[in-house]
Amino acid sequence: MPNVSMTVNGKAVSGTVEARTLLVEFLREQLRLTGTHVGCDTSQCGACVVHVNGDSVKSCTMLAVQAEGASVTTIEGLAKGDELHPMQAAFRENHGLQCGFCTPGMIMSAVDLAKKNPDPSETEIREWLEGNICRCTGYHNIVKSIRAGAEAMRG
Amino acid sequence: MTDQGIGARVLRKEDFRFVRGRGKYTDDIVLPNQTWAAIVRSPHAHATINGIDASAALAMPGVVRVLTAADFAAFGGLPCGWLVTGKNQTPMVEPKHPILAEGRVRHVGDPVAVVIAENRIAARDAAEAVEVDYSELPAVVDMRKATAAGSPTVHDEAAGNLCYDWELGDKAVVDAAFAGAAHVTTLELVNNRLVPNAMEPRAAIGDYDNSTGEHTLYTSSQNPHVIRLLMGAFVLQIPEHKLRVYAPDVGGGFGSKIYHYAEEAIVTVAAKLLERPVKWTSDRSEAFISDAHGRDHITRVELAMDANGKFLGLREFTLANMGAYLSTFAPSIPTYLHATLLAGQYTTPVIYSEVKAVFTNTVPVDAYRGAGRPEATYLLERVIDKAAKEMGMSPVDIRRKNFIQPDQFPYQTPVALVYDTGNYEATLSTALKAADWDGFEARRAAAAREGKLRGIGICCYIEACGIAPSNVAGALGARAGLYECATVRVNPTGSVQVMTGSHSHGQGHETTFAQVVAEKLGIDIGQVDIVHGDTNKIPFGMGTYGSRSLAVGGAALVNALDKVISKGRKIAAHLMEASADDVVFENGIFKVAGTDKEVPFGAVALTAYVPHNYPLEELEPGLEETAFYDPKNFTFPAGTYVCEVEIDPATGVTRIVSFHASDDFGNVINPMIVEGQVHGGLVQGIGQALLENASYSEDGQLLSGSYMDYCMPRADDVPSFTVDHQVTACTHNPLGVKGCGEAGAIGSPPAVINAIVDALKDYGISHIDMPATPAKIWHIINAGSVAQAAE
Repeated sequence: MPNVSMTVNGKAVSGTVEARTLLVEFLREQLRLTGTHVGCDTSQCGACVVHVNGDSVKSCTMLAVQAEGASVTTIEGLAKGDELHPMQAAFRENHGLQCGFCTPGMIMSAVDLAKKNPDPSETEIREWLEGNICRCTGYHNIVKSIRAGAEAMRG
Repeated sequence: MTDQGIGARVLRKEDFRFVRGRGKYTDDIVLPNQTWAAIVRSPHAHATINGIDASAALAMPGVVRVLTAADFAAFGGLPCGWLVTGKNQTPMVEPKHPILAEGRVRHVGDPVAVVIAENRIAARDAAEAVEVDYSELPAVVDMRKATAAGSPTVHDEAAGNLCYDWELGDKAVVDAAFAGAAHVTTLELVNNRLVPNAMEPRAAIGDYDNSTGEHTLYTSSQNPHVIRLLMGAFVLQIPEHKLRVYAPDVGGGFGSKIYHYAEEAIVTVAAKLLERPVKWTSDRSEAFISDAHGRDHITRVELAMDANGKFLGLREFTLANMGAYLSTFAPSIPTYLHATLLAGQYTTPVIYSEVKAVFTNTVPVDAYRGAGRPEATYLLERVIDKAAKEMGMSPVDIRRKNFIQPDQFPYQTPVALVYDTGNYEATLSTALKAADWDGFEARRAAAAREGKLRGIGICCYIEACGIAPSNVAGALGARAGLYECATVRVNPTGSVQVMTGSHSHGQGHETTFAQVVAEKLGIDIGQVDIVHGDTNKIPFGMGTYGSRSLAVGGAALVNALDKVISKGRKIAAHLMEASADDVVFENGIFKVAGTDKEVPFGAVALTAYVPHNYPLEELEPGLEETAFYDPKNFTFPAGTYVCEVEIDPATGVTRIVSFHASDDFGNVINPMIVEGQVHGGLVQGIGQALLENASYSEDGQLLSGSYMDYCMPRADDVPSFTVDHQVTACTHNPLGVKGCGEAGAIGSPPAVINAIVDALKDYGISHIDMPATPAKIWHIINAGSVAQAAE
């Protein structure tokens, strides 16, 4: 079985995986980083979004071995100690989550959007979220959260 | 109102863990020495099982055990929690729902065998290698075919696939009202089958302690005590004190996680057999064919009116799909949670409902957000719109003309319920104003100039929440009480733990319940923890569904807090050498009225646990109180929704231009959370109206069995919303609250469809079934040209 090494949330990690092991399985089951969730099996729901070398990626759609040598950030790596990332804070302040299951993927996806488009319109946010499904919020407050989070990230 | 008490927009306490990925859902839990279960499910809708050969699977690496129905022979089937009695006192047909299929499978996804292995992948690989020899049988999925002569039969004991034939109301009286009517409007409609699709797939872990004989079941459930009761008492015969059921963070439910599912029993049994923990986690494809579905009615409704549009009577005839087995609460949904709502907000004097529940070779159907009430609201609000058109009245005027007036409460409907309070004109006029109803025709004309079809739709809904007075529910066939329980534990230094039988899976109880405590005890919400979901920590509970948490669980909490305050007054009276009758409690301080004597809550708590100066002859030490609250009536949230749509005739695509919701939920504890509940409900209802459909092929294959096929609402399918709250406080619970969880999903489908029918008014249609997909709409718009093209 292949070995895989990568940097996750700033820490060097390695493990032995089956070739077919998905990145999300490696994160959840071997590294026990359970903030990244699995909500579907067809790459639709986006609960598993993490950053790989700075870009948002559905970690259910990438093999662990494809992340060899990469720098991976998960929801657990976003806050600085007790200080929430501005996007995390914005989701809380705008009630952008209910059950919390889609939230890590939403936040990781939103951070990537705000990096690429620092002042996204409501339409741009809604289009960007095509790959993230939420069943609780009706998206209304997620859109609000992302606008506020992007503004906070602009500083 | 304080900045943390009742009515405040307090940010959620639970969010600190969720936004950091520190939520703990069942699949996040890994127990030492844990194994994994994978379930072998039927690929056929109906078949006999001739044999199961697990030898190849057992030979695969990591496989520990393969279980089949024989391993569960000592146990009961999955129980149904509600007995519906039909016409002529005929009880419903209640076929056995085995844990694993016994010789015959009845729907695609019916569990047949269980493979347990050292890890998830090994279990799944081996499940593929289990060879099941099936002989396919003819299947039936269409309810009209299922009830016709010569149909395949799902259960031998259910002739004609009929579970029950039930009625409410006096048919002769209603028929007489119709005979005297000036006009009768008739509508046939389908309430489409939906898949609840909570984002967290179901999961369960069984664990067994062979030293104490205690079982622990971790499960993604909305009501762990109910699961303990159903599984312990009726399925596996494990007494309550040897069975702990723990539902940790649960990623949404919407009804689908109320029920006792086979997988919970499977991991519990397997853990004892193997003396190792056994985990099962559904994947999404599996969820589509194993989570209970929702809705799925076929209805004919008729509305009788006088010449002025006053309602004289309503009658409806519904076929309700039960699927292949009776899920936990399935029989009650199309009956007591449906027909009892058919008065809506109106004074219709006589109503008759006939509901035939039908078995088919499909996944069981049970409550899904709204549960029976969306189906009632949809048929009522659609037939009223059609009636308005036929009578030449505006959809607003016909509703207004028939409203129950504020001075008519309490109002006895002809369908058993007594509405305690409401003000339907208040939500109607607020919604019309917010949506600029009067300015709509100008917007329609402007859209027409752009080549677009605009429509506007209204829905005035009512629902019955806060389920339920136990004696009423019992008389109607419920096999359990429907009260709620709360324990308030004041710790020696004044912090508070609340053990509640309600369960939060997105609703924010950890915050709203803490706000109630903060308001009553005058302490900071940071000093309050809400504990839920664990049968070993909480005395009892009936769980969260039917928008009941605050109306029932919150009421229990208030009563327990009142007991704490009452005891606190006695302790404070002792400390202040006063009579308890003279002690008042305000803003966290006990005071002797009319004096400057006072003692803070914290000091009373400490005294209760360090009773050196304490009336020990009269009072026990400690400060912990429990209350059970059984509701006196249902609560009746109501409101008006207005939806405006624009259809592109070139593509048939509907865009929701604006949507306003005006709701009366009674008193509101946290407006931010209530608005969020409305938003979420609206999108589930809009999803039903425009996008979602659990579609079966004739031979029983679920065609929309993944997110590639089942169209979940995405962010760019829906607009932002405007919402407001009008308040008539509930008259019979201590918080005056009515519940807000389901309203959005109940009121929005008719508003959307009414708007679409309005937009298409020039195309000669009076109805379109949900989901109103672009293809359906395009065909309506192009019916003439398509017909020509076919010639």
